[in-house]
Amino acid sequence: MYTFSSKLKTFSYALMIVGILGVAYGFFTTPSSVEDVKIMLQESHDTHGATATHQNDTQANDIEATHDTAHSDDAHAEHAFHYLMNKPWSAVYVALFFFFMISLGTLAFYAIQHVSQAGWSIVLFRVMEGITAYLPIGGILLFVFFVLSSLHLNHLFVWMDPEVVAHDELIQNKAGYLNVPFFLIRAAIYIAGWIWYRQHSRKLTLAQDNATDLSNYTKLFKRSAAFLVFFLVTESMMSWDWIMSLDPHWFSTLFGWYLFASMIVSAITTIALVSIYLKGKGYLEFVNDSHMHDLAKFMFGFSIFWTYLWFSQFMLIWYADIPEEVTYFVTRFNDYKIPFLGMLVLNFVFPLLVLMNSDYKRVNWFIVSTGIIILIGHYIDIFVMIMPATVGDQWFFGITEIGAALLVLGIFIYVVFNAISKAPLLAKGNPFTKESEQYHY
Amino acid sequence: MSSKVIQAMYNDDDILMDAVKEVRAANHHIEEVYTPFPVHGLDKAMGLKGTRIAITAFMYGCVGFVFSIWMMNYMMIEEWPQDIGGKPSFTFLQNMPAFVPIMFEMSVFFAAHLMVITFYMRSRLWPFKEAENPDPRTTDDMFVMEVAVDGNEKELVSFLENTGTVEIKVTEKH
Repeated sequence: MYTFSSKLKTFSYALMIVGILGVAYGFFTTPSSVEDVKIMLQESHDTHGATATHQNDTQANDIEATHDTAHSDDAHAEHAFHYLMNKPWSAVYVALFFFFMISLGTLAFYAIQHVSQAGWSIVLFRVMEGITAYLPIGGILLFVFFVLSSLHLNHLFVWMDPEVVAHDELIQNKAGYLNVPFFLIRAAIYIAGWIWYRQHSRKLTLAQDNATDLSNYTKLFKRSAAFLVFFLVTESMMSWDWIMSLDPHWFSTLFGWYLFASMIVSAITTIALVSIYLKGKGYLEFVNDSHMHDLAKFMFGFSIFWTYLWFSQFMLIWYADIPEEVTYFVTRFNDYKIPFLGMLVLNFVFPLLVLMNSDYKRVNWFIVSTGIIILIGHYIDIFVMIMPATVGDQWFFGITEIGAALLVLGIFIYVVFNAISKAPLLAKGNPFTKESEQYHY
Repeated sequence: MSSKVIQAMYNDDDILMDAVKEVRAANHHIEEVYTPFPVHGLDKAMGLKGTRIAITAFMYGCVGFVFSIWMMNYMMIEEWPQDIGGKPSFTFLQNMPAFVPIMFEMSVFFAAHLMVITFYMRSRLWPFKEAENPDPRTTDDMFVMEVAVDGNEKELVSFLENTGTVEIKVTEKH
C-alpha cells in the first residue's frame, strides 16, 4: 500500500495556491474596457513605431465584422480588447484540457492493455488507475467551464455568440451541429461515458483482487472492448467540439487522430513518470527495467506517430494552399513561430535522438528528462491549438498561463496520488499478473 | 591448437542451453553451435558480444537523409529553380515540406538496404555459397555444439557425454 506522503500533499497544495494566485492575477489585470485597450495600444504604438500588428488578422470570424479596408483604430482596439478578455480564460482552458487529456489517454491505454491481453503491463495497472482518477474531477471542471462559456462569461467559442452567428453565414450553416444545447448534451454524454467506464473498471479490478474465479476479469475484458469503440467515436467528436470549433471556419479531417496522438503520448509519459517516482520510493518492487523499457518504446513510437499526423495535416494544407484552410497555419506561423516550431523539436527531434538507443530506454533519468520535455512539448501543442483562435496575436506566456498550469497540476497530483494510496499497488487477481511480474525483455 | 573438433548433438534446446553453460564453466572453447531455429538466450550463454548492426543502420540512415537533402537542393533549388505550381523554390527551407516524403523514404531505404547488405557481408551469405552445416539434421530438429579439442580428447568426449548429448562425433575441422 502506498501512503500519500505529507510532503507531496503540501507540494500539491502549494501548487494550487500559487496557481490560484496566478490565475487571479490574470483575471484582475484584464483591461476592463475598450478605452483601456486604446491607451495600451497607443503606448505600444509609440514605443514600437507605427508598424501595427494587424496585418495578420485572419480571424474574420471575430466579433466585429471586418472591413474591406484596414481596421480603423476603434475596430482594432475592440478586437484586441476581446482577445485580452479571453486570455485568462484560455490559459485556464489549455491547462484544464491538457491534464484531462492525459487522464483520458491513460484510460484509453488502460483499456487497450485489457483488450489486447498484454502480459507485461499488469503491474502498472494501479498506476494507470491512479492517473485516471483525475478523469471525473477533470471532466466536471471542463463541463463547468463549458457551461460558463455558454453563459457568455467568456468569448472562446465565437459560434456561441448570437451576434456573431447573425452576421456569419458559414457558422449559420453549421448551426445544426454547433449550437449550445447540443454542444452541452454531447459533452455530457462523452464525459459521462468515460467516467462510467473508469469507475466501473476500477470497481471490477478491485473486486478481482480477492475473487476466486475470473468472472470480473472477463467482464472487464468485454467492457473495455466496448469502451474502446465508444472512445474512438467520442474522442473524434470531442476534438471537433472542444478544439476545432474554436476556429469554426476551419476544418481538418484527421484532427481527431492528431489530438489522440498527443493524448496517448502524454498519457504514456505520465505513466512512466509516476511509475519511476513510486519505484524510487520503493513501492513498485515488481516493476523492473523491462517495464520501463516498454513504456519508453511507447513514448518513442507515439512521439513519432504524433509527428507523422502533425506533418500530414500541415503538409497537405501547405501544399494545396487553399485559402480557407491555410489561414489556420498562417496565423500560427506568423504569430506563434517559436512555440509552433519549437514543439516539433521537443516532441519529435528530442525523443527521436534520446530514446532511439535501446540501453537509454532502461535508464530512469533518461526517461524522466525526456518525459518532462515531451509533456512540455504537448502542453505547447495544446496551447498552439487553442490560443490562436481565442487570443490571436495578443498571446503571451506569462504569470496567467503558468499559474493556470500549476493550479491544475496541483489538483492532478493531489487526486492521482490520493487515488494510488487507496488500493494495493499490485493487481493480484489478473491471470497475467505472474507473467507481468517476471516480464523481461 | 589441434585441428580436431568434437560435434556433440542434442535434441532439445533446454538441454543444449545447460550444456553450453557447463562447457563454458569447464573452460572449453565452443567453436560454433548449429541450431534449426533461434534459441532465446543462447548468445548470452555462449558469451557472444552484442551486435552493432543497429548502429550501422543509424549511420546509413543519416547518409540517406543527407543524400536526399543534397540531391533535392541541387536539383530543385540550385540547378533549375522553376516555378512549379507556385511552390516557393527560392531556398531549400521554403520548399522543405514538399521534400520531406522523399527525405523520409531515402533515409529508410538507405538504412534498410545497406544494413541488410552489411548483414550478408558480415555473416558471409551469398547466392552460390556452399552450405556449412555439419549435419543436415541441424536444419530440422537437432542441435550441434562444436567444441575444439585441446589436450585430452577422451576426457573431453566423456565430459560432453554427461551433458545430455545424443550423439558424439570427432572430426577434422573443416
